[in-house]
Amino acid sequence: MEIKKAAMAGTLESSDAQVTVEPGSGSIDLTIESSVIHQFGRQIRATVLETLDRLEVRDAKVTVVDKGALDCTLKARVECAVYRSNDITENLPWGGVIR
Amino acid sequence: MINAVGREIPQEILDATGKKVYEGAYAYDNYEYTKAAPTVHAVCDPKRSKLVENIHEALVKCGIRDGMTLSFHHHFREGDYVVNMVMEEIHNMGIKDITICASSLGKAHDPIVPYIEDGTIVGIQSSGVRGKIGEAISTGKLRDLAIMRSHGGRVRAIESGEVHIDIAFIGAPTCDEYGNMRAVGGKSDCGVLSYAMVDAEYADKVVAITDCLVPFPNIPASISMVHVDYVCVVDEIGNPAKIATGAAKPTTDVRKLMMAEYCTQFVIHTPYFKEGFSYQTGAGGASIASAISLGKIMEERGIHMGLGLGGITTPLSDLLAKGLIRKIVDTQDFDLGAIESIKNNPNHIEISASEYANPFNKGAYVNKLDFVILASLEVDVNFNCNVVVGSDGVITGAQGGHPDTAAGAKCTIVIAPLLQGRIPAICTNVTTVTTPGETVDVVITDYGIAINPRRQDLIECMKGVNLPFCTIEELRDKAYAMTGEPDPVQFGDRIVGIIEGRDGTIMDVVREIKPYEFK
Repeated sequence: MEIKKAAMAGTLESSDAQVTVEPGSGSIDLTIESSVIHQFGRQIRATVLETLDRLEVRDAKVTVVDKGALDCTLKARVECAVYRSNDITENLPWGGVIR
Repeated sequence: MINAVGREIPQEILDATGKKVYEGAYAYDNYEYTKAAPTVHAVCDPKRSKLVENIHEALVKCGIRDGMTLSFHHHFREGDYVVNMVMEEIHNMGIKDITICASSLGKAHDPIVPYIEDGTIVGIQSSGVRGKIGEAISTGKLRDLAIMRSHGGRVRAIESGEVHIDIAFIGAPTCDEYGNMRAVGGKSDCGVLSYAMVDAEYADKVVAITDCLVPFPNIPASISMVHVDYVCVVDEIGNPAKIATGAAKPTTDVRKLMMAEYCTQFVIHTPYFKEGFSYQTGAGGASIASAISLGKIMEERGIHMGLGLGGITTPLSDLLAKGLIRKIVDTQDFDLGAIESIKNNPNHIEISASEYANPFNKGAYVNKLDFVILASLEVDVNFNCNVVVGSDGVITGAQGGHPDTAAGAKCTIVIAPLLQGRIPAICTNVTTVTTPGETVDVVITDYGIAINPRRQDLIECMKGVNLPFCTIEELRDKAYAMTGEPDPVQFGDRIVGIIEGRDGTIMDVVREIKPYEFK
């Protein structure tokens, strides 16, 4: 998917993550800030990159501000932000590319 | 060298401190030693006044100089002004290389961090630290090794001469002009002065700092005039709103209530729950809820607690008032209800930190505990607990009486929610060991209860009890299934602190943290 405009999903509440996507400059530029970075930085990055890959996002600036979200939450926030950047808020592909 | 909890203690640290590695919870039973003694100045001339104008005059009269060790107590908790006011004056006088030996330090003491950075303070010995001091130590700003001791271990260190206090500064809610200090009757009441008693007896110089000078004699005194050199009256020794808050409302968090109920059910199915049992609990939501639900069962069955110990809260004081507890023996008051209780109830007694928990006296109250209910940041599959270092590697908590009560009690119960956000409380290896697993009997989480395999007797008596028992490994696996397996924190090489066992051996070391790097 293409990132058509800046979009955001999630909150800064504990156990959530706020994900922002913006049009990129040719590749994935990922910035992660996390309250649990020492123990889970590697896994947060892997989860976000996997999710972007599944959505076929190849060109985006992605910023994650994580407050200890579980992987399922991180995936959901990335998916939501990407679809919002395309103004898609209905008829989402549940069970398809969104798992 | 590997110690008895499996931690590698580098030889350089053993050489630098002259300490030995931890060998086991009771390795020092019957240990013989000679107590230290302070060098004191007699007051025989009745015309001599102990009153000084201000902190500056107290410091000058005490002969303050570079390299001294100063002590403080933490009964004013996050409302304390004493540490900051003394250290500010010391800084203004240009004194350097000070070691602070406090019973604990908290966020209230963030203002002393610049004095760590400029070399006014080079050593910190405390139960623990929170806030910016913890960050300063963990990022390598303190010159000397920080030493984290339990409440009992601190008394041992002072009485055995391992640490010598040059000047003790004791904040007192009320004091007379000759130095008799009490913890009630003033405008900043804290209930007891337990942690400061050893300081008064073993420091060369003792300064009482009060904001409420009362007529002589201020008795019965928590700390007697016979130990006190100077009395300094200041405007405020603390912020009463932060020293003691109203009783915390009983928790409505269903997760905590469920763990509290598990805890109560566990307690009443042990053989120790009988007439005259002894009990200590913390001030956390689940611990308090458990004390309240246990109280109901005591009332129904006509079982009385013989001894309630430790940091005291309103719910325990209420059980005393109802006649369900015979004696409360108190080293710290967490709220106004506990302070009112010790003021008014003759069965609510103040004791010293030595009587409470010192492993090197001839028997402390913790040795007489049937139950202690504790919390923990992390517990590992060997039941080792970490209550000092956060999962991010930064020092952010205090040992308090955790290792002391765990070692003393017949049944040590740790309550911890399985997850705190994404951080699993049950893990393969704790970041830092503060309380050895051999002294921890039961871990209660919202996902199940694990009994330490060392306690086959407890496992046996829980057969047929309807509680969700499982192994500690199963708890860890449930946590990791949700969070993923955490990576170990990326520490630097430099050791910035040691976790001292109750007996003065080294339980673990704390390393400098470094910024996270993606690999």
